[in-house]
Amino acid sequence: MDKISLVAMASIIAAGLTMAIGAIGPALSMGQAIQQALAAIAQQPDERNSLTRTLFVGLAMIESIAIYCFVISMILVFANPFWSHFVKAGG
Amino acid sequence: MEIVGIDQISPDQLIIWSWGYITIPVTILYTWLVMAMLVTVSWFVTRNLSSDTHVSRWQHFLEVIVTSIRGEIREINKKGADDYVPLIGTLFLFICLSNVLAIVPGYVAPTSSITTTAALALCVFVAVPYYGILSNGVFHYLREYFQPNIIFFPFHVMGEISRTLALTVRLFGNIMSHEKVIGILLSVTPLLFPVVMQTLGLLIGVIQAYIFAILSMVYIASATGAHEETRKHVTLVSEEGVGA
Repeated sequence: MDKISLVAMASIIAAGLTMAIGAIGPALSMGQAIQQALAAIAQQPDERNSLTRTLFVGLAMIESIAIYCFVISMILVFANPFWSHFVKAGG
Repeated sequence: MEIVGIDQISPDQLIIWSWGYITIPVTILYTWLVMAMLVTVSWFVTRNLSSDTHVSRWQHFLEVIVTSIRGEIREINKKGADDYVPLIGTLFLFICLSNVLAIVPGYVAPTSSITTTAALALCVFVAVPYYGILSNGVFHYLREYFQPNIIFFPFHVMGEISRTLALTVRLFGNIMSHEKVIGILLSVTPLLFPVVMQTLGLLIGVIQAYIFAILSMVYIASATGAHEETRKHVTLVSEEGVGA
């Protein structure tokens, strides 16, 4: 197998693994955060506004971890620096 | 119509007009378009404001927006909102409009380019020490970097840089990923499902604008309010000392 196909294979597999593994943690923690927030809203409906605001900000923080993984996998698939390096080197 | 290809992460390479050395990418065009829309609408509405019982409907509209932005800021920063409304409100309105306009065909959201979001996050990066020094003075602001110990200085600096990076990548990643999802769906189920995703995109755009504004306000509030808390703590400790 030559270098270019090795780079292509490695980056595609790494992109898939990045998304798959990187989505586990944020998914679990977002579920837990929403569960706690729903329980808190059910207990204190008057505090719904501040709870919802805090929940959204927290969800965005958690979600950004998954977004980092997504950006990394997009870079690996569409804008891979090693790929263009090897294509240039291989002619 | 999607004018950014599926294999282009950022719309910056898309040149819409060029003459000699001057090139105008599509990002700059739509950034200026959004800014022009915001400025002209606000200028036309605020040209004849009235304070009697008859108020034009556009003035009502702007008043609702400004009042709710000010209310949200006051929820975070208890000391008042008037200093922060220009910066935070502008960030929110610009990001919100540039995300929401994405349902217009042919439009490319400027926030789906990492340069725009980096510029917005750099504004926050500069605004945090500005407001911090303005409210606490240079010495007290700089002293916060060495709390509780001089060893913590690099961690504070790293935190400032990494949260700017986080603001950048969060907004860019959300908007860009949504465009790519729609692009992929168009090739899989072309008829109705992308429309549903576009509707979800409106929600995501508004929420991301809200989160960007709220997070910048939280950062600014933590820079301006830290001194207050330490002073309260010191007085509390001294009162306890007197009591004992």
